[in-house]
Amino acid sequence: MSAHAHTLEVSEAPTGFISKYIFSTDHKVIGIQYFLLGLTSVVIGVLLSVLMRIHLAWPAGKMPFLQGGIMTQAQYLSLVTMHGTLMAFFVLTTAPQSGFGNYFLPLQIGAPDMAFPHLNMLSFWMTFLGLVCLISAFFVPDGAPISGWTAYTPLSGIGQITGPGEGYGQTMWILSIACFCIGSLMGSLNFIATTIDMRAPGMSLFRMPLTCWGWFITAVLMLLAFAVLLAGAILLLLDRSLGTSFFLPAGIVVNDQLQHHAGGSPLLWQHLFWFFGHPEVYIAILPGLGVTSHVISTFCRKPIFGYREMVFANIAIGTLGFMVWGHHMFVSGMNPYSGFAFSLMTMSIGVPSAIKTFNWISTLWGSKIHFDTPMLFAIGFVSLFVSGGLSGLFLAQPAVDNLLHATYYVVAHFHLVMGVAALFGVFAATYFWFPKMFGRMMNPTLGKIHFWITFVGAYCIFMPMHFLGLVGGIRRYADYSAIAYLQPLRPLTMFVSIAAFVTAAAQLIFLFNFFWSLKHGAVAGKNPWKATTLEWTTDSPPPRDDFGGHDPSVYRGPYEFSVPGAREDFIPQNLEPAQVAREEQS
Amino acid sequence: MSTNLIEIDEQVALPGDGGPPAGGGSYDGGEGRPWRPSLPPQRTYTTGMLIAIFGSAMFFLALVSASVVHRGMPGSDWMPLRPPAVLWATSAIAIASSLTLMRSTSRLKSGHERSFSQWWTITAMLGLCFLGGQLFAFHQLEAEGLYLVSNPSVSFFYVFAVAHGLHLLGGVIALVWIELRPSARIPQGTATTVAALYWHFVTVLWLFLFAFFVIGG
Repeated sequence: MSAHAHTLEVSEAPTGFISKYIFSTDHKVIGIQYFLLGLTSVVIGVLLSVLMRIHLAWPAGKMPFLQGGIMTQAQYLSLVTMHGTLMAFFVLTTAPQSGFGNYFLPLQIGAPDMAFPHLNMLSFWMTFLGLVCLISAFFVPDGAPISGWTAYTPLSGIGQITGPGEGYGQTMWILSIACFCIGSLMGSLNFIATTIDMRAPGMSLFRMPLTCWGWFITAVLMLLAFAVLLAGAILLLLDRSLGTSFFLPAGIVVNDQLQHHAGGSPLLWQHLFWFFGHPEVYIAILPGLGVTSHVISTFCRKPIFGYREMVFANIAIGTLGFMVWGHHMFVSGMNPYSGFAFSLMTMSIGVPSAIKTFNWISTLWGSKIHFDTPMLFAIGFVSLFVSGGLSGLFLAQPAVDNLLHATYYVVAHFHLVMGVAALFGVFAATYFWFPKMFGRMMNPTLGKIHFWITFVGAYCIFMPMHFLGLVGGIRRYADYSAIAYLQPLRPLTMFVSIAAFVTAAAQLIFLFNFFWSLKHGAVAGKNPWKATTLEWTTDSPPPRDDFGGHDPSVYRGPYEFSVPGAREDFIPQNLEPAQVAREEQS
Repeated sequence: MSTNLIEIDEQVALPGDGGPPAGGGSYDGGEGRPWRPSLPPQRTYTTGMLIAIFGSAMFFLALVSASVVHRGMPGSDWMPLRPPAVLWATSAIAIASSLTLMRSTSRLKSGHERSFSQWWTITAMLGLCFLGGQLFAFHQLEAEGLYLVSNPSVSFFYVFAVAHGLHLLGGVIALVWIELRPSARIPQGTATTVAALYWHFVTVLWLFLFAFFVIGG
């Protein structure tokens, strides 16, 4: 064996199944674990939404697996709660950030692992414990909670007496969220430390791929936001279990019984929740913004337009994200001056968002676009981000929000921008990095079919919801059949439901493609997309220490595509300037 | 020392260098291939601790601002809490423990292992004294008839004190752990620096929380 400049002391890679795949400290395995956790959650979450849509379309329809056959209003609300919680926490936070971030942050910055591998393992298992607690809420007496993913007090704070699911179910929900918070805090610590201290030589902050910037800023948001939610969750648990009154005012009468609480404030919970909850929106979307920028640049074979502006826009979005939580509480009777300030701040997020959109379009402009599946999802992301984001400007007006707050308009808004757009980011990332993670390509034809059905389907589901909201369709109602003014819109509700069924079914194509390609996909090679960043310079899948003992050095920025004078249309970040193949002088 | 040395491929792949496809391998990129356990640069432990302190500070900031908002809410029945006198003593112990810890780490830097160890142990003992004092304060509150649910101010006091106490207990465990089970991976200097950083944070945190109750409770 020859020893070169970077000779390193090594030990054997773990070979046992449990140390290799279950309690692994390898960031790649943990990334896949998070991804599979997100995948499991999204399957359950989508199934719950399908049940909701069935009930909305056919309120009197029988569901044989339910007690009594017909879904009760409480059961419907528990579906709303569990769908929201699963999706917001266990899908939109885990898959884009903890899943792909774990796998690719060290690879993209040229590190052999995360800064604290054992802590990383612990974060995953805390998150897993959180998921187990949440799912168990279905199986405790009286089932899952009905207070929504926001768990507004006093409904969530008193206990069994306020409704089915508010006993054990709500307690399990809070425990689940507390576990999730702790897992996320540990995870974010790891992401920040890794980004600050583990970068390869030459990988300055402004040479990091925009994906890494997305994960880094998201991690900072998570550190600040989940600490606050954890504090709120502990106080809520004390209100429920030890009889304190942090969130419960005096004089609450439930079922003719006066509750023995005094002096608390339900609005305090809303403040704590939304101080976390709004940054959570950006926690879900920032990794998607990064992936979209990265994929668009790669498949346009063009440097991203305005790299630095993209970074500063991300920072601005992250910073402003902490100053706008009040826009979720316009209808809480807040001081109009506060409302005005929150409104102004909210609308100002439109500026960095517009910068990003402008830069994506400018990158696309005049380039030779390669319409591979990841690129389709990235372009779809831009479309959904814009359509979903624009309605946010309307909702940012307190006067408009007063009218629309409780309607489907809000449901349509946040599903497009936070839900579907973020999921398109996850899909883009999956199709883009699958070859690196598993060494094989996903089937492009199936990928394109999946994209088009999902893209058209998402708009068919959520565009009509705006109209439903504008005419006063109240969200969270289990049954509209008795509301006379909504009857003309019955066909629209039916249409939304059918679109949801078709779109949900189309995800089976993705699942099939994913698992089929693991074994039967075309062999990918190191760099199937001819991309520039460091993860493409190592094997697919990468060895245990990412770069096989070869510490990469970085000589240039992440998006060196179509450089004039270079023979190839891409220059990897680790290629020494002298090794760049030049065009023959003629 | 392990004798396995990684053979490093010095050749850097040129862009577009076709080569045989490398994909489709087993998950660890080749059975039995040696890998390098990841050891972050020493400063990363300090970075990690600073980030943890930042997150923890945010947690307490949330609790403190919740108490401020709670007090200001219309309909709040907040009654100012006079902190038990023993808390002055525990605050003094907290300050003393940080001073002994500073003494300890400076002794380590100047190479006095034995003296370091003594001051380190004294710090851990002071930490335990602090926790005992806090428990006595809870006892005093109970004697005055002030329980967790008596008033929001008492509720918040208990939440602050217990959350802080758990943080300090973690600090004591860390001190004992470093003393009794020195890590083979992390040099003693790094471990003590990081633990000291945490300990001083927990001291400052307590002084802040205590001042908050003395001035505004």
